[in-house]
Amino acid sequence: MTPSTTSPIEPAAIERERSYLLRYALLQLRNPAQAEDAVQETLLAALEGRDRFSGRSSLRTWLTGILKHKIIDHLRRSGRERPLNSADDDRSEADIVDALFADDGHWRGFPADWGSPAKALENSRFWSAFELCLQRLPARTAQAFTMREVMEMTTEDICQELGITSTNCWVMLHRARLTLRECLELTWFDGQPS
Amino acid sequence: MIPSCKQTSLLLSQAQDRPLGLTDRLRLRVHLAICERCRRISAHFDFLRTAIQRYRDGD
Repeated sequence: MTPSTTSPIEPAAIERERSYLLRYALLQLRNPAQAEDAVQETLLAALEGRDRFSGRSSLRTWLTGILKHKIIDHLRRSGRERPLNSADDDRSEADIVDALFADDGHWRGFPADWGSPAKALENSRFWSAFELCLQRLPARTAQAFTMREVMEMTTEDICQELGITSTNCWVMLHRARLTLRECLELTWFDGQPS
Repeated sequence: MIPSCKQTSLLLSQAQDRPLGLTDRLRLRVHLAICERCRRISAHFDFLRTAIQRYRDGD
């Protein structure tokens, strides 16, 4: 028997990543109970399979990889149980995009100059505003958007998961960005000294 | 053909999700050269990506 040079990961090290994983899961699932479940399943799977952790990536990266699968499982399950009503999303989103542009395709308003927005990232009140704006996105739009931005899935994978065409997917992501942008401009960047 | 602001905004968003073809890149560049509003939108979209990833990765 060859002695192993790498020691197995300590359960405590896995446990230390719990809060990171929970924030990640909450961003995608929006349902605290489901997010807790996905994280719990991830930690269990990681403990059982910790011999398989090669150490080539960071522990966090490895755990996040497991969590992504658990999140997708939850999304599929809840999608089967109660499909999100995309008609609502399409209506409210079409409204918001249409409201932003004149009939000839020009902006109706003038997007504000956000100054040095990087400064906002250091402000805890900004993050409350950001959180609220994310929560205001219609459910299905938010799902596509976080799949792209949080889980970093390709649009091909997102289309497949949501059962939509790629054109539809790009339109949805565009609406998500414009909606989020509008919300941040209204609730944060408007009137902030830049 | 110079795209409208609405088309440009959609292209800017798509540029975050897939590599654009040569034609689209040219159309974008021409439009952005003359349109300050869309240049702002472009910067804002970039900021959104930075922000959400920072939010995800936390402190």
